[in-house]
Amino acid sequence: MKKKNLAAMLMAGAMCFSLLAGCSGTGSTGSAAPASEEPSQGTQESAPAETGNQGTEPTGTASGTFKLGGIGPLTTDTAIYGKAAMNGAQIAVDEINALGGAVQFELQPEDDQADPELGVNAYHKLLDDGAQIIVGSVTSGSGIAVSAETYKDRVFTITPSGSSVDVIAGKDNTFQVCFTDPNQGTGSADYIAENLPGAKVAVIYRNDDAYSQGIRDTFVAEAKAKGIEIVDEGTFTKDTQTDFSVQLTSAQNKGADVLFLPIYYQPASVILAQAAAMSYAPTFFGVDGMDGILTMENFDTKLAEGVMLLTPFSADAEDERTQNFVKKYNELHGETPNQFAADGYDAVYVIYEALNAAGCTGDMSAEEICEALVAVMPTISVDGLTGQGMTWKASGEVSKAPMAVVIKDGVYVTP
Amino acid sequence: MEFLSYLISGISLGSVYAIIALGYTMVYGIAKMLNFAHGDVIMVGGYISICATSYLELPGWLSVLLAMAVCTVLGVVIEGLAYKPLRQATSLAVLITAIGVSYFLQNAALLIWGASPKGFTPIIPATNAQGEPNALPLFGGQVSISYISLLTMGACIIIMLALTFFTGQTKLGKAMRACSEDKGAAQLMGINVNRTISVTFAIGSALAAVAGVLLCSFTTSLMPTTGSMPGIKAFTAAVFGGIGSIPGAFLGGVLLGIIESLAKAYISTQLANAILFAVLIIVLLVKPSGLLGKYVPEKV
Amino acid sequence: MNKLTKKIKGLKKTTKVDFATYLGVILAFVLFSVLRDAGVLNRSITGMLVPICAYIVMAVSLNLTVGILGELSLGHAGFMSVGAFSGVIASQSLQAAIPSAPARLAIAILVGAVFAAIAGTIVGIPVLRLQGDYLAIVTLAFGEIIKELINCLLVGYDSNGLHMAFNLDGSLTINDIGMEPGGMAIIKGAQGATGTETIASFTAGFILIMITLVIVLNLVRSRAGRAIMALRDNRIAAESVGINVTKYKMMAFVTSAALAGAAGALYGLNYSNLAASKFSFDTSILVLVYVVLGGLGNMWGSIIAAAVLYFLPEALRQFADFRMLVYAIVLILVMLATNSEQLKTLAGRVLPKRKGAAHNG
Repeated sequence: MKKKNLAAMLMAGAMCFSLLAGCSGTGSTGSAAPASEEPSQGTQESAPAETGNQGTEPTGTASGTFKLGGIGPLTTDTAIYGKAAMNGAQIAVDEINALGGAVQFELQPEDDQADPELGVNAYHKLLDDGAQIIVGSVTSGSGIAVSAETYKDRVFTITPSGSSVDVIAGKDNTFQVCFTDPNQGTGSADYIAENLPGAKVAVIYRNDDAYSQGIRDTFVAEAKAKGIEIVDEGTFTKDTQTDFSVQLTSAQNKGADVLFLPIYYQPASVILAQAAAMSYAPTFFGVDGMDGILTMENFDTKLAEGVMLLTPFSADAEDERTQNFVKKYNELHGETPNQFAADGYDAVYVIYEALNAAGCTGDMSAEEICEALVAVMPTISVDGLTGQGMTWKASGEVSKAPMAVVIKDGVYVTP
Repeated sequence: MEFLSYLISGISLGSVYAIIALGYTMVYGIAKMLNFAHGDVIMVGGYISICATSYLELPGWLSVLLAMAVCTVLGVVIEGLAYKPLRQATSLAVLITAIGVSYFLQNAALLIWGASPKGFTPIIPATNAQGEPNALPLFGGQVSISYISLLTMGACIIIMLALTFFTGQTKLGKAMRACSEDKGAAQLMGINVNRTISVTFAIGSALAAVAGVLLCSFTTSLMPTTGSMPGIKAFTAAVFGGIGSIPGAFLGGVLLGIIESLAKAYISTQLANAILFAVLIIVLLVKPSGLLGKYVPEKV
Repeated sequence: MNKLTKKIKGLKKTTKVDFATYLGVILAFVLFSVLRDAGVLNRSITGMLVPICAYIVMAVSLNLTVGILGELSLGHAGFMSVGAFSGVIASQSLQAAIPSAPARLAIAILVGAVFAAIAGTIVGIPVLRLQGDYLAIVTLAFGEIIKELINCLLVGYDSNGLHMAFNLDGSLTINDIGMEPGGMAIIKGAQGATGTETIASFTAGFILIMITLVIVLNLVRSRAGRAIMALRDNRIAAESVGINVTKYKMMAFVTSAALAGAAGALYGLNYSNLAASKFSFDTSILVLVYVVLGGLGNMWGSIIAAAVLYFLPEALRQFADFRMLVYAIVLILVMLATNSEQLKTLAGRVLPKRKGAAHNG
């Protein structure tokens, strides 16, 4: 009887699953829509963990193989960022391995649910599994805790998108691929002061999110310095990101003609839709978190017409490398990559360049690699998808030019 | 006039909470269990509707029906597998199982539909072809209320009336109330308790599907975790109005939306949720069984 | 020897179980310490020791509320949060005054416990007037309120002492709280406590578990504990024999909150970064799962459940994307298995009858 129950339960689980999957299954046969990415993604993700050596075996002397440990949210509501970054990093790893050169990579992504606690757990697990270099964490919160640990253990860390200054503060072995939050805040304020003179700015930001609050703080400080008038500030939290009508009404009543949105694209899409519904049409100004809004499934890109954003990456860029990356990503995961994927991709190339510059070998310990890479990082310059000629300060901060784009007819154009 | 527009956005938000709370309170009232997975059934309903409209290219109303059908089946399957074996167990055991089901649905959705948020085309678009808002102007156009909010309100009222009629007048509804009062006695009177509770779940899940479509029409986007916070808010709304009471759920939901909206507008957008919960606590201290809840005196 | 066995035999059954619990915890501590120092344990497990200790204390303390007092609390993480942040503030601001890490950790844990106890008192007075699911929703509400309030908190420390500000309208930043240049930011609103010196240790965690067990088990076996359980089993009957309802309910609730605060301080000082959003409803539920699976009112059950269930998602990492799905299925199956009638009758035949703790249905 007991066994029967168990079997029934399992069967039902499978049934539920197939029932639900049925929907997206029929969907993907109906059209080449991106909904069917997941099954392949599942196997993709688990592949490097179990059979990661496959790609390296032809040339595979152990001395040339470096094990990269990726940390990022792969489940829960932030999974989109972690998955994108890890998918991007995996593409870079595959490309480098396909070159058949002396340096071969193996990437093991681990889930941290964007939680510092799980980030540290994932980090320990990766070291147990022999990771020599850490690519992570994708989010700032977890990144700060992880980089504190890697600093103690002397493991070289490069975060694709952990943009808080605290991720790198006081840790000589952690480097960022993305802009820091203050960098984006001041960049946005400078851009608005220069190109939208006399603007009355309203800010809507998420006050329980380190990324959003960090950008807002420096934006406001720089705006004051530049004499930009900030007429209204509205906040929201993770728990209230479904309704912005109050914040929008308030901004509208105060006559704001520029709405600065230092937030991710999902709540931004809601704001755009609700603003349109109340016929409020200021100039929307976003930062890198806004990237991805155009490729959001079913999103009416008409709503994003005229949105300005500072982003390091544009999937519409004409250069061959970006086009190749976008094509590969599309083939593998059925969607257009966003900034996080590009950051992940670049992170691996940065490591590649740095390893070459330092002349590291795969049999070196994590600590030896760390010291060697820390020494060369300020000297190298890397061309990536998110910036040409990226260089690093010894503090770990990247310097690259932010790119301001405006959305016209559903694509980014430089104004 | 400003106040009025905040009030209207509060009512719009509140009607979304109310429609979720109706399903919650229905299941709680009969089965006496906190179904924490209710919010996730809503999320599934939203995804089914997206699948139906964008891949099968069904019209909006048909996608709602499809979502209702799928969610009903899902609700019955969940009930049969996870909750039915626990009829004799403590309410805490059932609560934990419900949380397990909630995790299961969220993670299954993550694997099936991916982590990226999906845009949701509202069943009534926010703006019409000319780019004008699809809204009913009031007071000479100074404020307006969107048609989707009116639709949600209408759906709430219809569902509320239908449920009140159903539980009050029909045979099955009476059986449900009997189960709610005393399962043992109901069984002795020849009521099939198990079947009655399954039917309750079926109805609750169908309502969740409707709520899902309306919630997503309101928020215009959908993620695997979309259902969890509205689920908790709706649970709060149901308790606020007196859990188990059908008009109470409606009243609680609408009031909750209004409080949230006004708190954001006049006190602090930072603390909107905190204020909302503080009001809830104060109300419960004054009326320990919610606004319209029945006070059941303890017997020795 | 003979005398000892006789003495042990003569003990009450509950006393035996209690001593076995203490002994088990001590043995586990010795075992893990030895294995760790011998280098047998891998880093994953070593790294998990402190959070496991913190969650064990959380589970035992919640068990006091849910299992012994019989009230469902859905906001236990709120107290953990209060303890964590007050502990971090204490530890960071005493950095110069008390260089010794263990001493600072002890003070931080104490501070965390005291502040959580205060929060527990404030929350307890209104909450304990309610019953059943209404009480549950109010604890949930308090947990959420605490989370939102801490999200708006700005705290810094410089040579003039602590600076605090409450960021009500979202316009303040850490630079606006009047710190002199070079002051140390401790809590930066939503960004939480960053750059915390991580001083928590496994030994401290073990000591905290032992203290928690001593407090909780002694409370439960005392006259007060019997009064609390009488309230759980039948409030009206208990009241009629002269048990002071408010006093005993508050006693259990505040003790539980204080211990959660201590656990929070230990947890907070184990990570360089701590955000208020961590202590959400989900964390409360996580701990509640430990308590329910470990058995209501059963302290050693909570300890084992917390340790095993904390480890489970980590052990499931090989499932990659399916990890949390598998976790959910395991959770449901375990609940079904532990509540199945067939298993219960089987267990009843094999094991001596155990006193099950009832919960208000």
